[in-house]
Amino acid sequence: MSYQDLHDEDEVLFRPIYESSRSFYIIVIVLTAVFLFGLGCYIRQLFYGLGATGMDEPVSWAFYIIDFVFFIGISHAGTLISAILRLSKAEWRRPITRMAEVITGIVLAIGGLHPVIDLGRPDRILHLFERGRLQSPLLWDLTSVTAYFTASTIYLYIPMIPDIALLRDRGGKLHNFYKILAWGYKGTPKQKHALERAINILMVMVIPIAISVHTIIAWIFGMTLQPGWHSTIFGPYFVVGAIYSGIAALVIVMIVFRKVYHFEDYLKEIHFKYLGTLLLVVSLLWTYFTFAEFLTTFYGHEPAEMRVFLYKFVGPYAPFFWLMVLCNFLMPVIVLSNKKTKTIKGILVASIGVVVGMWLERLIIIIPTLANPRLPYPTGMYTPSITEIGIAAAATSAFVLGFMGFSKLFPLISIWETKEGREHSVHEVSMRLKEYLPGKTEESRVEASVKAEI
Amino acid sequence: MPKYGMVIDLNKCSSCQACVTACKIENNVQIVSEYDAQHGRAMFWMKMLTMEFEGDYPNIRPKTLPRNCMQCDEPSCIKVCPVRATYKNEVGIVAQIYPQCIGCRYCMANCPYTVKVFNWDRNEQPKEVEKCYDPDVSVRPKGVVEKCTFCIHRLQIASEKAKAEHRDMEPGDYVPACVETCPVDAISFGDLDDKKSEVSKESRDYRSFALLDELGTVPKVRYLNAIE
Repeated sequence: MSYQDLHDEDEVLFRPIYESSRSFYIIVIVLTAVFLFGLGCYIRQLFYGLGATGMDEPVSWAFYIIDFVFFIGISHAGTLISAILRLSKAEWRRPITRMAEVITGIVLAIGGLHPVIDLGRPDRILHLFERGRLQSPLLWDLTSVTAYFTASTIYLYIPMIPDIALLRDRGGKLHNFYKILAWGYKGTPKQKHALERAINILMVMVIPIAISVHTIIAWIFGMTLQPGWHSTIFGPYFVVGAIYSGIAALVIVMIVFRKVYHFEDYLKEIHFKYLGTLLLVVSLLWTYFTFAEFLTTFYGHEPAEMRVFLYKFVGPYAPFFWLMVLCNFLMPVIVLSNKKTKTIKGILVASIGVVVGMWLERLIIIIPTLANPRLPYPTGMYTPSITEIGIAAAATSAFVLGFMGFSKLFPLISIWETKEGREHSVHEVSMRLKEYLPGKTEESRVEASVKAEI
Repeated sequence: MPKYGMVIDLNKCSSCQACVTACKIENNVQIVSEYDAQHGRAMFWMKMLTMEFEGDYPNIRPKTLPRNCMQCDEPSCIKVCPVRATYKNEVGIVAQIYPQCIGCRYCMANCPYTVKVFNWDRNEQPKEVEKCYDPDVSVRPKGVVEKCTFCIHRLQIASEKAKAEHRDMEPGDYVPACVETCPVDAISFGDLDDKKSEVSKESRDYRSFALLDELGTVPKVRYLNAIE
């Protein structure tokens, strides 16, 4: 039986798994080439040492650490947002959660590799397990990133089981693969109950883990003595920044794949409008944190802190700083608070701006502090080498490749949740709404009468 | 146990940089390529730091200061090391374990004095340099962090010698290469806990100060202010 004979209501969601266009293969080839180039750059770096990068003294952390913080930030798109939306019973989450969780899984794997790329001696990575010191924030980081990766992949996988079962029942390609992954799921009430319980436990657990991950990444910087880093606000500031860039990345991915796979019927304008509002709120929150951070520094006027401050505001990093303010504050706020510009296109532009702006924010946090040591050393301007750019390009293409690969194996929009929404939620939500309103609902009246009888 | 410390008298220092050279040779510090030197990767454990310039051009007088590792009593570098590749030993020296370092450079990022240097490239020295290697000091491979260790190998040799001769270590037995080389005796070195030692007296002198004292790292390298 071939899949064309099957006709599901949500057939369009299955289609990408069975059909690939020519442009798909072209993109895969191009991205693979970019990835291989980056891999070559890394192998060269392994042979010649980190001298292949543009790093120097005192800027001893640069591109890799920026990308590490940036990618882990993007990873907050997913699991955190999908968990919060599930927890708050936001019905519009149904077509969004899967994509958000996939972003998390892939980006976390890529981002988590960056500190290893940054190591001078990656061959000694196991020393972290053999002789690791738990007093070092790097060990906290290792722990929390692994925990988050584990939790978020499980959180991606468990809600996918009913969809995998659907794919298994359709037969066709990779039948055994789906059979193993579906764990014999048949949709019996007992199984469904267990599934929902697992999802509920996971979504509550995943939120503190996600918040801890970016807090700890911030603490890598916050725990040092360096001007510009040694700040108590860094933990929450980084978490807000992470959610901010995460939502933006999610919106970009959603818009692109909606167009490519024709999901217009599932991802409607209203979804983007809601996400746009969320983006606007987080944008203002981020601006508030940034303002608080810089005002405190400026008002205190400590010489070492001021050197870093001026380096950002009027010094060599001023173009990046003001571009960040434009991308992260002015542009998104103007676009998203205006009804005329808050269209899908407008939200896409704002999101791209935010992703660029958040990368710049990581750059602005990391480099100026290192470039302005407390003692008067001669310092030059840091410029990345081709190795670092190559590896960054490879990381980005690995993300896109991973996402495309995923879309060829599993549906990008949760099918069972869509069906469930259609079949049950309309009734459920209307009942819930009635509960909010004054007066007793029919059910509670029945319940009360039953109780009275007993 | 003694607590080794150093006091550098800026009144005596003539910025001749003999200590810089002696340190580099004594400790087999990598001589980097021309390209790397131009790109801020020159490696020095002891470095001459220009703190400020006095006067107007062309009558400029730079105020310099020889700067090695401060050997802090409360080191911020060992706090953050994920693999215990840097630690404070029983005589107060902040030492490095090169075979254990994974090269994450967190200690570099957290050193307020920026004294740590990283082996960015493979250690490729001309034959002539390789012939002159100090056999007591290991040559560091690429990808590890290193810094001044108060010539800890000299301490090991001196203490073993004293042990062989069945006597206690005496103040003059162990001095780092920079102290030995200084032509004007600007650097004094010894036990800070011994109240009678020169270094202990000087560290309590009214001219004595420490770099970035306010950070609470408690440096064991102190300076005597230059007074005209």
